Amino acid sequence: MDEMLAKAQQLNIPLNAQIDLTYRCNERCVHCYLDHDDHGEMTTAEIKDLLDQMAATGVFFVTFSGGEIMMRRDFFEIVEYARSLAFSVKLKTNAVLIREKEARRLRELGVEGVQISIYSHRPEVHDAITKMPGSLSKSVEAARLLHSEGLRVTFANVLMTENSADYQAVRTLAAEIGVKSTLDPTVTPMMDGDRSILKLNVERSQLQEVFRDPLLVKDVEEFCAPPRSATEFDLDSPSCSAGHTGCYVSPYGDVYPCVQFPLPCGNVRKQKFADIWRDSPQMNEVRSIRLRDMPSCSQCAHGATCTRCPGLAYMEGNMYGPSSQDCEKSYARTGIASENLKRRNAASPSFSSLNLVQIQGLQPTQ
Amino acid sequence: MSHPRYVARSTAIAARPLGDEMMIMSATTSTLFTLNEVASVIWQAADGVTPLDQIVTTKICTQFDITPDLALKDAEALVEDLASHGILLLSDKPLPPTAGSRGVAP
Repeated sequence: MDEMLAKAQQLNIPLNAQIDLTYRCNERCVHCYLDHDDHGEMTTAEIKDLLDQMAATGVFFVTFSGGEIMMRRDFFEIVEYARSLAFSVKLKTNAVLIREKEARRLRELGVEGVQISIYSHRPEVHDAITKMPGSLSKSVEAARLLHSEGLRVTFANVLMTENSADYQAVRTLAAEIGVKSTLDPTVTPMMDGDRSILKLNVERSQLQEVFRDPLLVKDVEEFCAPPRSATEFDLDSPSCSAGHTGCYVSPYGDVYPCVQFPLPCGNVRKQKFADIWRDSPQMNEVRSIRLRDMPSCSQCAHGATCTRCPGLAYMEGNMYGPSSQDCEKSYARTGIASENLKRRNAASPSFSSLNLVQIQGLQPTQ
Repeated sequence: MSHPRYVARSTAIAARPLGDEMMIMSATTSTLFTLNEVASVIWQAADGVTPLDQIVTTKICTQFDITPDLALKDAEALVEDLASHGILLLSDKPLPPTAGSRGVAP
């Protein structure tokens, strides 16, 4: 796979694309970064045309997400069309609307995998997060049905204050059903820039605990080891696949480098997908950025090993700058402050008393 | 004289050209295969109705410097291998036109 990604990057081919079919949703998760209104979603014909264009441009892996994908009445028609174009199709869903018939249809269509949001093994916790009574029961039942059909199912959990005690039990539940599970330790800002939901991020101590959980981390010693120095290779390496081999398209046809990187690069209602991918000045700027171009991160001890998300940095105000949430994760892993954290610490004597994970606390005072 | 063999792409796959290669993923096992340029030509010509020896003659021997006998021998080994992974169908009779075939051509 690494060779394939390297070749795709060399050939400037967007191997991976996420398409959000809708932002409408039947759940109202407390940490969700989207609004849930329909501001003019792409029609079935527009999505099919986009898929045609993506296939011609070389996209191989398509992830359909949302919102809740099954809120669209044409959902199966879209998946069927994508499969007719030989895409490898993955789905992100809460699965509340998936029953036997839907599970069977997804298997027949050859869907590669289904990621289901599960935040706790306890209904009172999960349902409080989704604000939908009965949602855990329905989602778990759907996971069982999909698994019994032979589909690859993954539980996607997000670590937050509401459910931080439950992530191990979620893993156990997944294992009992026979599916995989993942844990994302980062609540991200809303796409409109609202950072208020970042207060849901866990305390630093909990983050440290998670990063040292041998059930989650294969080699804790290596994972939490002090960072190595950046080499010339590191300095000339891009941050991640955003804009290099991957991109994101919103329900309204807006193209971004990544779902977590809301830098508008064009709209497929006005331009061809390939033209946006190849010629958008924004996309080309994103893919031109290397570690050595980042004033703070290139000087940081974590430069070579940081999980810095350029999208989060962009949402913080500068895509050449640090992502404080990733600085915090690097600190939680290694106990070594990033250049960004040191600078902020120096600028604010009271900084050490702040919970750095709760980025809201770092916003300018009103 | 041996009977003609027909080859068709499985519908339970995802596939896309990448440069002069072809990426193929089995939807049943998630195994990823990469076909080289010659194998990609055979894959793309595997429409279920064109006999393998005809594919070799018209697509391989005209594009690559290889003798028909050796090309057919290699092609048969390739299709047997792909069939064993379930990503290609083999038959002594023509197969139904392959679904999922759009989007696999460059």
